Amino acid sequence: KVLLKYFTPLPTCTVGEIFELKAELNSDKKEKKKEAVKKVIASMTVGKDVSALFPDVVNCMQTDNLELKKLVYLYLMNYAKSQPDMAIMAVNTFVKDCEDANPLIRALAVRTMGCIRVDKITEYLCEPLRKCLKDEDPYVRKTAAVCVAKLHDINAQLVEDQGFLDTLKDLISDSNPMVVANAVAALSEIAESHPNSNLLDLNPQSINKLLTALNECTEWGQIFILDCLANYTPRDDRESQSICERVTPRLSHANSAVVLSAVKVLMKFMEMLPKDLDYYSTLLKKLAPPLVTLLSAEPELQYVALRNINLIVQKRPEILKHEMKVFFVKYNDPIYVKLEKLDIMIRLASQANIAQVLAELKEYATEVDVDFVRKAVRAIGRCAIKVEQSAERCVSTLLDLIQTKVNYVVQEAIVVIKDIFRKYPNKYESVIATLCENLDSLDEPEARAAMIWIVGEYAERIDNADELLESFLEGFHDESTQVQLQLLTAIVKLFLKKPTETQELVQQVLSLATQDSDNPDLRDRGYIYWRLLSTDPVAAKEVVLAEKPLISEETDLIEPTLLEELICHIGTLASVYHKPPSAFVEGSRGVMHKRLPAQSTESPDVGTAAGGSAPEAAPSIIPSQGDLLGDLLNLDMAPPTTSGPPPPTTGMQMGGMDLLGGGLDSLVGISHSVDPYAATPGQPVNPFWVKWSLQTRRSDGVLSLQVWLPAMKAKGLEISGTFARRAGVIQMELILTNKAMSVMTDFAIQFNRNSFGLAPAGPLQVLTPLGPNQTIEVSLPLSTVGPVMKMDPLNNLQVAVKNNIDVFYFSCQYPISMLFVEDGKMERQVFLATWKDIPNDNESQFQIKDCHLNSDAASSKLQGSNIFTIAKRTVEGQDMLYMSIKLSNGIWVLAELRVQAGNPNYTISLKCRAPEVSQCVFQCYEAVLKN
Amino acid sequence: MIGGLFIYNHKGEVLISRVYRDDIGRNAVDAFRVNVIHARQQVRSPVTNIARTSFFHVKRSNIWLAAVTKQNVNAAMVFEFLYKMCDVMASYFGKISEENIKNNFVLIYELLDEILDFGYPQNSETGSLKTFITQQGIKGQTKEEQSQITSQVTGQIGWRREGIKYRRNELFLDVLESVNLLMSPQGQVLSAHVSGRVVMKSYLSGMPECKFGMNDKIIIDKAGKGGVTNEAGKSTSGKQSIAIDDCTFNQCVRLSKFDSERSISFIPPDGEYELMRYRTTKDIILPFRVIPLVREVGRTKLEVKVVIKSNFKPSLLAQKIEVRIPTPLNTSGVQVICMKGKAKYKASENAIVWKIKRMAGMKESQISAEIELLPTNDKKKWARPPISMNFEVPFAPSGLKVRYLKVFESKLNYSDHDVIKWVRYIGRSGIYETRC
Repeated sequence: KVLLKYFTPLPTCTVGEIFELKAELNSDKKEKKKEAVKKVIASMTVGKDVSALFPDVVNCMQTDNLELKKLVYLYLMNYAKSQPDMAIMAVNTFVKDCEDANPLIRALAVRTMGCIRVDKITEYLCEPLRKCLKDEDPYVRKTAAVCVAKLHDINAQLVEDQGFLDTLKDLISDSNPMVVANAVAALSEIAESHPNSNLLDLNPQSINKLLTALNECTEWGQIFILDCLANYTPRDDRESQSICERVTPRLSHANSAVVLSAVKVLMKFMEMLPKDLDYYSTLLKKLAPPLVTLLSAEPELQYVALRNINLIVQKRPEILKHEMKVFFVKYNDPIYVKLEKLDIMIRLASQANIAQVLAELKEYATEVDVDFVRKAVRAIGRCAIKVEQSAERCVSTLLDLIQTKVNYVVQEAIVVIKDIFRKYPNKYESVIATLCENLDSLDEPEARAAMIWIVGEYAERIDNADELLESFLEGFHDESTQVQLQLLTAIVKLFLKKPTETQELVQQVLSLATQDSDNPDLRDRGYIYWRLLSTDPVAAKEVVLAEKPLISEETDLIEPTLLEELICHIGTLASVYHKPPSAFVEGSRGVMHKRLPAQSTESPDVGTAAGGSAPEAAPSIIPSQGDLLGDLLNLDMAPPTTSGPPPPTTGMQMGGMDLLGGGLDSLVGISHSVDPYAATPGQPVNPFWVKWSLQTRRSDGVLSLQVWLPAMKAKGLEISGTFARRAGVIQMELILTNKAMSVMTDFAIQFNRNSFGLAPAGPLQVLTPLGPNQTIEVSLPLSTVGPVMKMDPLNNLQVAVKNNIDVFYFSCQYPISMLFVEDGKMERQVFLATWKDIPNDNESQFQIKDCHLNSDAASSKLQGSNIFTIAKRTVEGQDMLYMSIKLSNGIWVLAELRVQAGNPNYTISLKCRAPEVSQCVFQCYEAVLKN
Repeated sequence: MIGGLFIYNHKGEVLISRVYRDDIGRNAVDAFRVNVIHARQQVRSPVTNIARTSFFHVKRSNIWLAAVTKQNVNAAMVFEFLYKMCDVMASYFGKISEENIKNNFVLIYELLDEILDFGYPQNSETGSLKTFITQQGIKGQTKEEQSQITSQVTGQIGWRREGIKYRRNELFLDVLESVNLLMSPQGQVLSAHVSGRVVMKSYLSGMPECKFGMNDKIIIDKAGKGGVTNEAGKSTSGKQSIAIDDCTFNQCVRLSKFDSERSISFIPPDGEYELMRYRTTKDIILPFRVIPLVREVGRTKLEVKVVIKSNFKPSLLAQKIEVRIPTPLNTSGVQVICMKGKAKYKASENAIVWKIKRMAGMKESQISAEIELLPTNDKKKWARPPISMNFEVPFAPSGLKVRYLKVFESKLNYSDHDVIKWVRYIGRSGIYETRC
């Protein structure tokens, strides 16, 4: 109780206080000194600046009182950085302490030294650390292992130079399990900042060592080891199974983190096991009980567990399908646990348990917490959509809830009823009357929009639909965009259904949307409707009243690639946030994306695996806005403007491309390969071209395909591609793959300004919507008359691709040889004159190594890429080839290639008025000659 | 890994602040205070991300413990560590309160230095920590003592030190169960489970090897199939064995042995510890049944009748029985009549609390109450929270029985027979609720 006085509420230390402390610190009496240091630490804790006492505190360091020493160390760790010069004063004591007879003091010294982030001190740390890493006492070794990670954080180079990494690796074979565990932790951390270093060097032998240590070390050590194991990829299913067998006992550990880390390893390695293996189903059964047990932990851990279970249920629904009851919400659960449980309940809902689930959800809908009640109401709607047999009961439950007149319950119920209408059209219209009664109480945009959608969709059955919609129209400009868009669409629907009475209304809304609105989305949609209605009402009807695709039952699913990554991060923050580490971790750590291993066996029955559980069939998600049509028309990026005609050299006409492309498509009977080149008029339609898909070309090794836009970065859209020049036209060959769960439509492409004015010569030809897991190949002809801006590197191209989901950006580099035009052969005289004319400063010389062609072969090969040989000269056994290249923008490049018989190394000199291109041109030479 | 650890009082003043990583600055301390402790609304998550920094917190009475990180740490580990930290502090100085923390801040810093290194949790067993983190300072340790400490802290058996001696070798086993129930108003069991703990107090000399056996269905079925057991054993096995859904063990138990042979063997820590936790869901003995009857008489009156029935052997006695019947917020007055015990309306808790000291098995008791309501114009219906119950019974509702606990110590001269063993069963209510 005496110590309470240390915590004085003063915001800063006064000069007097500092003075007093100084005197006490320098006192002869040990007790007084210690008390003074305690006061200093107390001030430091509450954030007061006591750095002025640095020399006095450091003076107390030389003591055999361990408690005092620890306090001084604590002070040092805090202030050494701000007083680096004075911190050096402490070095001697540290070095001495590292040699102390007492292992506790040796460890304390090495532990503290690693925490002092002062460059000068780290130099002194190396020798003591080296000794401590080989100390006879395991306590010192385990502390030294962590110290290597500390030092690496301060000065990575130093750690590598001093060879500490190798010593650390050796510690993995240490006889003491705790040393092993700390060494694993330190290595894992260091490896994270060197993604490709293979520092951990996991192989069957080292894995075996880790598994042995796993049985013997502390609970924390087990976590380090399991987390490290999870990064390993077994060589085959047998190894995978044997690791699983040795990890499963951990599922009975009292520490939830050990259990979750073990679950992570098992979930990951299970991927490699053949599904028909007995062990596979045994393992699945073993996973459920420990996951359920996690729910009897403290609430914070329950929360972590539930967030993870949410992932596990999405990945492998079979594990917990019989455990619905344990996710029932308890009255006293903290709200964060309640919300997560609810989420999992919806995921586990099935025909078998729906009655129970509904009864529960109804209970929850009468609770107090608004968020929870809303989610419960929404859950009832989800059940209706997921389990058809329960739909009727769900709807009547929702109607009961609407009768309570609790405002937010009513609004939430209306939003979900709209989804139910989408799933079961023309089935529950009888409830519309009840819904309309609550029109006035709706004040949230989502609920208003949902109601308006319902009115528009069933306009022919609602007698006063026009009045209802008109009532919303009065405050049109005060509504949110969501409601405005919905109202516009609903009134157009109404007009198409009852054209006679509603002409005035539709005109009113169209003019509100197009003339009085600043919102481009709204205006554009208004214009589209307007033009559709005025030019072709029949087409308008077909478009606006088109049958909508059914919404799928699974909702809010995490996109598969992300889910896979999150499964690899079970137990960690990423799995709590449901975000990849790169989304919340700064710097280089965690940037590496983890993936699940692929199944190693060649078992042909992949189909059975997919058929086993419904969610694997990649269901699509309800679009966030109820009206899919609305989304379709919701163009926010104009299609690329075809700037000018294609290069005259080609003689191609792009005008008919659209039609022909589509027409040919259906003619040949393939739906996903549109090759405009094949459809070029004036060229015979060669079926070979059509079938020649990019993938086959890739396997020929002629073109190298690159992933330009990984699915991770583009909400599931993966784009890979390459460039080609065919018959004088530059083609950008794209492979679009939809790795998300919803259909992608409305593709468009645009380039940023670039060095050579590349621009799409036509729209991106993706005629059919791209379904989940579908791939489409597209050839995009490019023109070179677009706007020009110098890029770095010169051949860099920044591309924006848009689809119905978003706009994505990526950049890629094209080989400059794409720009070498066919009429690039110079007259000999002109060549000579030009060569002389270009200043020598512009000449650059390069070496091409390991090229075994003779000069003639090289010449003909280069000609294929529009690099023309003008003359050849032989001097003393050395062939000199003179060549010319013309770029699409009219720049000439002259070259002299020297080939010595028998010498695989060529020398090339390039001369050009724009010497920037030389490097790129040289790369082309290299690529062409070596291929 | 953990970048820093802060302890705050309820006002958000920092009591302890220890930073382990360079990426955590002093402003993190304030960020948590402003965004979480001083936040207006209820905490919506135990993990908060503020400006790319993640905060994990737990609360003990009115003290906040927060771990901070900027990396993708193992979240489950961080929480386990925070709980462990609380346990360690509690075992050093008792209740975690502002005063105790302030009075022991030097000790806490010393502990934080020891059990967390660069944010990595290290040995956190109080048994071994107490051998070298004392407030007396470690003076006069011999070389052997020092190396004994370090080998224990880092050793395979970090939870027990060598050279323990007792004149009397004794052990106490407590089977503590909490039985949880959620029942519908119609008496249908919506969910029920028992979560049990086997708590052991051992006062044994040397490094004894223990083996614990219970009426686990899997073991008994296995033994039955082997055909070695006699007739009597077989006949009991069918009835008295129980199906354990899942169990977790103290780190002293050899998990691989449990996995392969389902036998529970271990070298016990000294003193009191929790040997195992388990969960069962099948054939649970529900000690009480609650039958509610709530009738709304007009808009200003409620009639409540609740019957409780005890459902266990008449020779046994349940204790500390408490039935909590929630009342609406607009209750103006309550009249209660009960056959047994005492019942009171507690306005501050919005509930009628009915207490009965003791009740034998196979008995029944009843309470009826009339609740007067103030008329309100609140449209929202009363949520009708469930009726909850508390009690203690002298048996294990799961049916678990301890079959044996054998002690082997080969180096010292005492045998299993010399150890005095005590077993006790206590069943308590967990969340025992009946909806009304």
